[in-house]
Amino acid sequence: MLSDKDRIFTNIYGQNDWRLAGARARGDWDGTAAILAKGRDGIINEMKASNLRGRGGAGFPTGLKWSFMPKNSDGRPAYLVINGDESEPGTCKDREILRHEPHKLIESALIASFAMGAHTAYIYIRGEFYNEARHLQIAIDEAYAASLIGRNASGSGWDFDFHIHRGAGAYICGEETALLESLEGKKGMPRMKPPFPAAMGLYGCPTTVNNVESIAVASTILRRGGAWFSALGRPNNAGTKLMAISGHVNRPCVVEEELGVPMREIIEKHAGGVRGGWDNLLAVIPGGCSVPVLPAATCATVLMDYDSLRAERSGLGTAGMIVMDKSTDIIRAIARFSRFFKHESCGQCTPCREGTGWMMRVMYRMVEGRAEMEEIDMLEQVTRQVEGHTICALGDAAAWPIQGLIRHFRPTMEERIRAYKAAHGTVGLAPTPSNLPIPVAAE
Amino acid sequence: MSGHFSAENIGHGTPGHAPRPASDNQPQHFAFDTESETEIEAILAKYPEGRQASGVIPLLYVAQAQMGRATGSAWVPRVAMDVIARRLGMPPIRVYEVATFYLMFNTKPVGRYHLQVCTTTPCWLRGSDDIVTACKRATGVKAFEETSADGLFTMTEVECLGACANAPILQVNDDFYEDLDAERTVALIEALKRGEKPQRGPTIDRFNSAPAGGRTTLLDEIGTRHADGQPGTAPDTV
Ligand SMILES: Cc1cc2nc3c(=O)[nH]c(=O)nc-3n(C[C@H](O)[C@H](O)[C@H](O)COP(=O)(O)O)c2cc1C
Ligand code: SF4
Ligand code: FES
Repeated sequence: MLSDKDRIFTNIYGQNDWRLAGARARGDWDGTAAILAKGRDGIINEMKASNLRGRGGAGFPTGLKWSFMPKNSDGRPAYLVINGDESEPGTCKDREILRHEPHKLIESALIASFAMGAHTAYIYIRGEFYNEARHLQIAIDEAYAASLIGRNASGSGWDFDFHIHRGAGAYICGEETALLESLEGKKGMPRMKPPFPAAMGLYGCPTTVNNVESIAVASTILRRGGAWFSALGRPNNAGTKLMAISGHVNRPCVVEEELGVPMREIIEKHAGGVRGGWDNLLAVIPGGCSVPVLPAATCATVLMDYDSLRAERSGLGTAGMIVMDKSTDIIRAIARFSRFFKHESCGQCTPCREGTGWMMRVMYRMVEGRAEMEEIDMLEQVTRQVEGHTICALGDAAAWPIQGLIRHFRPTMEERIRAYKAAHGTVGLAPTPSNLPIPVAAE
Repeated sequence: MSGHFSAENIGHGTPGHAPRPASDNQPQHFAFDTESETEIEAILAKYPEGRQASGVIPLLYVAQAQMGRATGSAWVPRVAMDVIARRLGMPPIRVYEVATFYLMFNTKPVGRYHLQVCTTTPCWLRGSDDIVTACKRATGVKAFEETSADGLFTMTEVECLGACANAPILQVNDDFYEDLDAERTVALIEALKRGEKPQRGPTIDRFNSAPAGGRTTLLDEIGTRHADGQPGTAPDTV
């Protein structure tokens, strides 16, 4: 487990002053110009050496992503866009950076922007984080007033502007291209890729989109060295990670831990254990609602990192753990996510628009047990037809929780159907949809 | 936990981001006041030349907040969208599209206190059904999207607010009230009725998102404990 001396976010709970004076006392903004003096390549090489993988869910190596930005400008400006949309259920970590470590984020944004040749960074913050955005704005104003950013930022010779752009209630705007559309003043509808943002992003210019946490750790990595960061965790799963533990635990919380620590240890040490004791655990969704659920037996041994969770056919996602004890109606818990995805689909591709609605309706019949046994397989097949057949990954995200449910809790679903039949006979059974490939126009 | 589930209360029959109907009760006139104009100037300075369309969401917020100040109901009437369209040099339809795509813009009048109850799974696991019931009991509102008879409260169901480690959450206007139960929800609403503004954040003895009972990390840091031995400083007050 991580010791305090290796924690990056030392004010994550806001237990100390989050403003400039407090941040400086914790070491932020100390010798920033010297970090920039390492040069673009020096910084990117250090980030590569840290083996940091993106903290927004997909786990793409951050240093490598930065290296995709054009080295020489063709006249177009370059942009860093920080993704603070944080809307994936179970995820509540970037909020803590925004409100309690804003200076770590601003200083890191300067370093990252410089390394990518960007003079401007925007941060897109979900609209509901009104107070969090206010803290960050106060910190930005402080940084301008102290000449840490702006013209000749921190005396480095680099000009750097940092702006907040608030979203207004749309999960889909966390998807990076939808985010860019939204920032340009449009509806948050994802773009087709390619072109990728590094070639054509914000306002048609080279752009890198990174999660708040991916950016915010950069200043510490540059100070302590890529080797320090990569020595934490396990190979290919380096570093520390902000994790959140919600649901049926005694003391829900957010905490910074080392990757590769057993899930059980994290839940017991930081969150006071599962309500009613470990044996009362039913399942955990380990990384935000789009990654598949894991049954208690797996949770007993699995490590919290990208590869360990992938090996169990789930994922680290955002490391927002949703813990469910044995009192949970697991079918209903997952059905509520189906409703979430249905609600949040932007509607521009048919498999997603129609599929999320279809899956939600079948899932709610499964909650009641008002279904035929064969419909479990049919539901599974529909998730396969949505997965990978859409413009953005929201379609996949809607499919995976249901696949996880069927994989691990099929007996529960079957039992529910049998109980319904026993109570109601066949009366009230919905007709089985006959049109299998995606139920187009099922609405 | 929850009662019987029927197809009727699955929720919205339309996709969440499909255009929502506007109010029938539209004012004829809207102009930004001086407070708004100051904000607009700062907003438009953030975006490059020729990219003022980026200002559409921020300006819709400014309009909504001004309506809140002026009338006690924070919503965006159609004329305000037209004013924004002219200001940004956009066709009005583009502004209408944005205003109806993003759920935080109220295209109809709302109560002085907009009660936004999160019911997504992490909040549900920790009792959001009770919060909904408590909101109904304390305000007299019978269903989501309704406004109370006294015009004070509108209750809306919202998706995950990004604060699940402090579930369940009720957002009142801009503020999150956290770690709620039915009793504390009723007490909060009663306080609002009296014109008070209770401290946002956790409603139990807990410091922000640290575990209740005290931190498990960052313990040997110098200067993090107060003279009284309590971890941390005052809750966020800014
Ligand atoms: C539907 C959807 C929602 C997403 N929401 C977020 C989000 O809220 N925050 C975030 O950082 N990434 C989110 N992502 C991932 C982003 O598209 C992008 O991969 C990420 O911001 C890249 O940052 P990273 O490389 O630093 O992880 C979302 C993706 C999808 C498909
Ligand atoms: S997959 Fe869904 S959310 Fe993504 S672009 Fe298609 S319709 Fe929109
Ligand atoms: S589910 Fe309610 S805040 Fe996340």
